[in-house]
Amino acid sequence: MTTAPESIVGRGNRDGAALFRQWFEKITQTAEKEQNAAYVFVMGSISEILRTFDFTMVFPEINSLQTAIRRVSDEYLDEAEDQGYSPDICGYVKADVAVQLRGGEHPMGRIPKPTIGVLTNACNTYIKWAEIWERMYQTPIFTIDVPGSREAGSLNPQNESNYKNDLRYVEIQLQELISKCEEITGIKFDPDRLREVLGYSNDMSRGWKKVLELNSNRPSLFNALTDGTVYLGVANCFRGTEIGSKFFSDLVEEMEYKAAQGIGTLTDEKYRLGFVGVPCYPIFRHFNEFFTDWGGTFVNSTYLWFASGGTNHGFEYDLTNPIESLAEGILLNVRGAMDSMFYHENALIDMIDNQFVDGMVFHPIKSCRTVSTGLADSRRSLMTKRDIPSLFIESDMMDKRVVSEAQLKNRIDAFFEGLAVRKQRESITA
Amino acid sequence: MTIKIFDAWQGLPLDGILEQCQILVEDTDYNAVKRWREDGGKIVGHFQVYFPEEIVHAAGMLPFKVRGASVDATHSDSRFGSYLCSILKTSLELAMSDRLELEMFVSHPICDAARNLAAIWGRNFDYPCQILYLPQNANSSHSINYLKDEYDRLKKEIETIAGKKITDDDLRASLAVFNENRKLLRELYAIKRDSPWKITATEAYILMAIGGMIPREEHNELLSHTIPLIKSRDVKSQDKMRIVIEGGFCEQPPLDFLRTVDRYCYVVDDDLLIGLRWILEDISLDGDPMFNLAEAYLEKSSYSPVQHDLRKPKEKMLVDRIKKSKAEAAIVTAAKMCEPGLEDQVTYTIALEEENIPFFIGEFEENMTSFDHTEIQLETFVENLLFD
Ligand code: SF4
Ligand code: SF4
Repeated sequence: MTTAPESIVGRGNRDGAALFRQWFEKITQTAEKEQNAAYVFVMGSISEILRTFDFTMVFPEINSLQTAIRRVSDEYLDEAEDQGYSPDICGYVKADVAVQLRGGEHPMGRIPKPTIGVLTNACNTYIKWAEIWERMYQTPIFTIDVPGSREAGSLNPQNESNYKNDLRYVEIQLQELISKCEEITGIKFDPDRLREVLGYSNDMSRGWKKVLELNSNRPSLFNALTDGTVYLGVANCFRGTEIGSKFFSDLVEEMEYKAAQGIGTLTDEKYRLGFVGVPCYPIFRHFNEFFTDWGGTFVNSTYLWFASGGTNHGFEYDLTNPIESLAEGILLNVRGAMDSMFYHENALIDMIDNQFVDGMVFHPIKSCRTVSTGLADSRRSLMTKRDIPSLFIESDMMDKRVVSEAQLKNRIDAFFEGLAVRKQRESITA
Repeated sequence: MTIKIFDAWQGLPLDGILEQCQILVEDTDYNAVKRWREDGGKIVGHFQVYFPEEIVHAAGMLPFKVRGASVDATHSDSRFGSYLCSILKTSLELAMSDRLELEMFVSHPICDAARNLAAIWGRNFDYPCQILYLPQNANSSHSINYLKDEYDRLKKEIETIAGKKITDDDLRASLAVFNENRKLLRELYAIKRDSPWKITATEAYILMAIGGMIPREEHNELLSHTIPLIKSRDVKSQDKMRIVIEGGFCEQPPLDFLRTVDRYCYVVDDDLLIGLRWILEDISLDGDPMFNLAEAYLEKSSYSPVQHDLRKPKEKMLVDRIKKSKAEAAIVTAAKMCEPGLEDQVTYTIALEEENIPFFIGEFEENMTSFDHTEIQLETFVENLLFD
């Protein structure tokens, strides 16, 4: 059966939004029924294993950012700061502390308490954050330590002994996590169930990679900052599920259809932009409009890479060898996510060249030193390698107190004026 | 290396020695380190907190502890955005302003900011700039073996730079030097704990900090000579409160901050430069030295906000530190913008309240110059406790 074209266009956004509501309903039910909830993080959620133990996956980062999108984050931040948390630490942590203090009360539903916390070292603050649950509830905490690239360009030397050492370390930790989950849930680990979950994850990673690549199309098919964030939500919350698998095959179909029909985003695309950093959630739509009002569309972003846990690389698990292959996938994906934050220079050059980017927007934020610490320098360095206009603006993804709309708009307007002059010059000399 | 890079203290009485040590610690041109280089020596700069210096030492190179400095970030400021701790900027500044020439720079995944530093450094310098991935799952059955492999990887890099193979015996010899150094530092801290009137926190800090700047053999000689002089110092005990300082594991408070504290309290223990004292016992020289070094990091070590180990809940470790040193109160401070330090302030204060241990909360920056506010707060804190 072929899908009617009019229902294909925009389907990813419609389905994504519906799935997101469904997901919050599920976690609310988990809270009400006091079922097992695993608190996990987007950069290496280890959903593949946790799903086989029937944990409901809870992403505190997503819960926190939703308070900002729903414009109530300041209430949550204040509450945590009243408990002694500094104004200078990650806002996601503080919003979650407040959610816990409110007994799980959240604008999208009710958040269950953690039965287990599973994290990677992709962000050190994950570890500090989990220590809070450890102390609040005596929650068992499991860190999957994934050694990252030791220096620029050292990714994927699969034949080297160091790579094998790292892989062995990750694999043993996964086995230890499995034992821990068996102990907590009383469920025996089922490798066939894992294979099934890995298969769905493969579909999603393959689809995600394809969707990102398809955005090379002119005009671009989706806005990486807005639409991309919806897709990202599904990529994380539904990882390893049949629903997630179907969503991504539908999304590929939608993007291919739009490409074939020449259908772009709602913006009349004049400038193709790349985005480096984390979105400005307190003024999410508005922030994007500062760009789209000038005809600027975001064709890709490092956020879609690292916040999908590196699944943008499209790594597919070998189902005949599930645990070892899962270890390898986690090593490469999480390492890839870290590289997207710390060592992204070559990837940005590829983005510029392959997705025809006219300008690069760097958006470091106060809350997140993981993503933001190196951005001023990586921008400087990129500018020495590619003659491309760039914009460097700072704000926050949670804290309205450091988001100055007027100042942002001024800087963005000046950036586009520069882009316009440059385009004009290029068209004269062409 | 045949020359001594720091011998200005030799032949001096204790006060003269301490004065020379202070000059060295405050020398932001690192003239002593330059002497090492002028004599053909190579240097590996390693960022806070802990680094297995023995590996660099065994290759005949100087491990230099990169811990920020009291300098303006004139060159490096443009490499960073806002909302960051100062130590990142001043550390890079040392290299960018040519005060510190290195053959290699190593950072660690201690925090979100520091793990970015190797990448930033690497974009600005041609020599190897790496992350040493110390394990962040301290509780896996494989962590020690993983770390041994990671140290072996580092060893190969160091060998390439040194142009020399590091044998197991080289490594054992270095372990012995560092065992001796840690033993001497434990003695220094025992004086602080048992007779704090004999040495101020500032003096002890200076004596310790030098270890990260000069060859450890020289540091051992300095400490071995000085510790007996401190013990026999003729100073009377005063009625000062015994306190522990917590929060100096990475960025360092300025000496004037310590001097301010010295005026009101006896600092009987602290976590200042904890990396130099991370290993708590001698590392065995028997068997595989690299395995022993890795094992010690995980099994014979102190605690800090940048290591998560289920066996070492930090607040319990702090309470323990306070009780063992018979402190009456704690200063729980953190470097400005330091995510792990600021987060653990909450953890610590909850535990201290439960234990009924008075504490004083603060923040510092390595380049702060005004201490009036700290002084007033500290004075009030101490007076309140004395009259409570
Ligand atoms: S510091 Fe950044 S990556 Fe880490 S939890 Fe906060 S927002 Fe996420
Ligand atoms: S002072 Fe804190 S934030 Fe800065 S590098 Fe050190 S641990 Fe990281």
